[in-house]
Amino acid sequence: MAKDDNGAEHVTAADSPGAQLATSAASTAVVTRDALVNPGFPPHRPRITDLDHKEERKAERTVYTLFYVSIVGSVFAIAAYMAFPIVAEDPGSVRLNNLFIGLGLSLALLAIGIGAVHWGKALMSDHEGVDERHPVRGTEPVRARAVEIFQQANEESGFGRRTLIRNSLIGALVVFPLPAVVLFRGLGPMDQDPVALLEETMWKKGVRLTIDPSGTPIKAADVTLGSSFHVIPEGLSEMGHGRLEEKAKAAVLLIRMDPKDLIEEEDRKSWSYDGIVAYSKICTHVGCPVALYEQHTHHLLCPCHQSQFDVENHCKVIFGPAKRALPQLPIAVDAEGYLIAQSDFTEPVGPSFWERA
Amino acid sequence: MTTITTRESAEDQGVGVKKSGGFTASAANYIDERTSISGAVKELGRKIFPDHWSFLLGEVALYSFVIILLSGSFLTFFFQASMAEVVYDGSFAPLKGIPMSAAMSSTMDISFDIRGGLLMRQVHHWAALLFVAAIGLHMLRIYFTGAFRKPRELNWVIGFILFILAMAEGFTGYSLPDDLLSGNGLRIIDGLIKGIPVVGTWFSFLLFGGEFPGTDIVGRLYSLHILLLPAIIVALIAMHLLFVVVHKHTQYPAAGHTNQNVVGYPVMPVYAAKAGGFFFIVFGVVMLIASLFTINPIWNYGPYDPSPVSAGTQPDWYIGFADGAMRLIPTGWEFVWLNHTYSLNILVVLIVVGLFIVTVMIYPFIEAWITGDKREHHVLDRPRNAPTRTAIGAAGVTFYASLWAAASSDIMATHFHLTMEGVIHTLQATTLLGPFLAFFIAKRVCLALQKKDREIVLHGYESGRIVRLPGGEFVEVHQPVDEYERWKLVSYSDFKPLMLRPNAQGKIGVAEKVRAGLSRWFFEDRITPVTQTELNRAHGDHPAEITDK
Repeated sequence: MAKDDNGAEHVTAADSPGAQLATSAASTAVVTRDALVNPGFPPHRPRITDLDHKEERKAERTVYTLFYVSIVGSVFAIAAYMAFPIVAEDPGSVRLNNLFIGLGLSLALLAIGIGAVHWGKALMSDHEGVDERHPVRGTEPVRARAVEIFQQANEESGFGRRTLIRNSLIGALVVFPLPAVVLFRGLGPMDQDPVALLEETMWKKGVRLTIDPSGTPIKAADVTLGSSFHVIPEGLSEMGHGRLEEKAKAAVLLIRMDPKDLIEEEDRKSWSYDGIVAYSKICTHVGCPVALYEQHTHHLLCPCHQSQFDVENHCKVIFGPAKRALPQLPIAVDAEGYLIAQSDFTEPVGPSFWERA
Repeated sequence: MTTITTRESAEDQGVGVKKSGGFTASAANYIDERTSISGAVKELGRKIFPDHWSFLLGEVALYSFVIILLSGSFLTFFFQASMAEVVYDGSFAPLKGIPMSAAMSSTMDISFDIRGGLLMRQVHHWAALLFVAAIGLHMLRIYFTGAFRKPRELNWVIGFILFILAMAEGFTGYSLPDDLLSGNGLRIIDGLIKGIPVVGTWFSFLLFGGEFPGTDIVGRLYSLHILLLPAIIVALIAMHLLFVVVHKHTQYPAAGHTNQNVVGYPVMPVYAAKAGGFFFIVFGVVMLIASLFTINPIWNYGPYDPSPVSAGTQPDWYIGFADGAMRLIPTGWEFVWLNHTYSLNILVVLIVVGLFIVTVMIYPFIEAWITGDKREHHVLDRPRNAPTRTAIGAAGVTFYASLWAAASSDIMATHFHLTMEGVIHTLQATTLLGPFLAFFIAKRVCLALQKKDREIVLHGYESGRIVRLPGGEFVEVHQPVDEYERWKLVSYSDFKPLMLRPNAQGKIGVAEKVRAGLSRWFFEDRITPVTQTELNRAHGDHPAEITDK
């Protein structure tokens, strides 16, 4: 853009006398010398309200009637506020309250609006006005004076001359906001290592699998073939502080399949129990709960971005933007027949992050 | 005593306000003597604004913002931006006794225990949807009519920033009730941020004040939503409108309209009545929608919990394109290298969507560079008269629309009994190929319309009347257009591609070559406006008896 030579001197508009000069200088706009001439404004056409006194009276009546109707609407809204109170535990009363206050207000607003516009269109003068435009840039004397002022300020302050003062000032101004940036460090916790936190969950050896949200432990025998359970670790439902943070990592989906349908890798054969498998419910894409289980295909679907995971094959991704399989929770059964975790997940759950390898 | 009296009367005569004794006159005098407001009235009171329905789109955006401020202020009196856990004990029986955040609980109270509260919530939400939609349509109008050209490029950028801020306002507001949907939205944001190399993990912890979801995010978004973002938006809207006053509004080509004038109605009284009235109409329509249609029924979703989710969840419409872009990424775009994870399935979305919106922002400068056009433009282009620009716009709209449609891929699949995969693959194709097709079609349509315009100017429009000539020949009578109508069809500029010229050193730089190439691409296909000679010649072709005068 720097070496532009396209007639920058001529900031004239296309159909001004100067335009032909501008184009001859090299701009790409072609000004046809043979162009048709602007015919000027078409003759003004009077409205019916200008010609017919009766119509004018009618428009006048319409406008003030609308304004009165607006008052009726406002009063109606106030009356509706009182006439349609909200009754506890009755959603129907909320609906009526919403509807009638709203209708009153709509009427009040629309009547003002339509009335005012109708007044403007039908009764106010409809003769168009014309304003002249001037180039947006200042006139030459004004620009010259502006330059002069800057020069004078420069002279008087020595801004250009006293470079040490100027540069040190610029330096100071650049550095002074930095403390503010540092202050925002306080937004995050000072005493936590994000990576360590993201790599561990509440699951550990011996923690029972319990039903979300009641926290009832699950017996392996109660998990019928083809059924699925939303699972949280034992103790999570009683947690006060940090419950949602733990749940956002520890939520698990438990599914019992026919062991014949399971394709298990050798080293993970011991992670399931009699066809019962447990997988993290947190999507490896951006962390939505993968909550939709299609029983006859054994596919899990994340409703947020449609990633699909194959439960038969270690929850590997078969479609959608996710890359990694859902982490599997190794499970076993304790002496009383309840399902327990063998350990924590063997990899971080949920969305990928930079430090994850 | 005497001196004071004389000075007062002299002052009165000086400002020319006659002591008519009326209250209005003396109030106006009182104010003017303290503010010199008469000067502003003189400057602005009869300022001319042109009239066209498409100019209302920006007004709708402005008015919905005012509605949002009004309804939002009401909501702040009742909403508690806290994630402290409370047990819900309000009027909505199904959620009674369920632990939830104070934010969710107070939003429930606004909806079910405060008269008119639900109405204000719905007005706020509907107006927000309208706000972003109106800005989008306003931008399309500006784009396709070339209103972003000099001297309005900077105002385009301001408007673009307002569009982004409006979406940010929308998203922060959507997240405040802390219901299941808003929590899942935040979960996605968290996942996106974590996918950013090097800083992502830390940035997520800074934003949420620790692990997701934490107990800070609602309060933080609240500050942004009701203080910081609105303040910036108000300041930018003020600048935006100031520029409209400085530049004076653009106008469509029409008889009597030139680049040196602006034709329309004065602010006082017509424009004030119409624009002021239009505010009430927009407000009234939003109010009507809010009283009839439920939006964001958080009581159906329940409080946020990281485990449950419902099928078919949709973001608010304006986030759809970003959400859809995430769905279109094929499986497996993530790799580990040197012990670090590179989430291309997230990065590519951020980069592509980022590039797209940056291109939109800088488009006026790109076009100005390609065309080398340095003149001020106050008369709008009819979209057909700038075929390449219109085609680029059509390509952009197609790209955006494909991403946007992808956000509803599951709804489309279930609704039309299609496979999930089929819908995604189709949309992947339309995202990549659709823009090219749209470009081609739009450009051809523009050129065809221009040709049609030429034909109408030269030979009149088809009247449908068939006349038999004395020689037995049948012809259709062509009705000529009058000179005012004709002016609309011929008053556009013609361009020729930029010529390659050596610079002062006698060299042709690479940038210059690129520019000349782009200029050729921009202008090579074009239809020139009808000239006087052509018109005269065409009139000679038509004997007077069949032009039906």
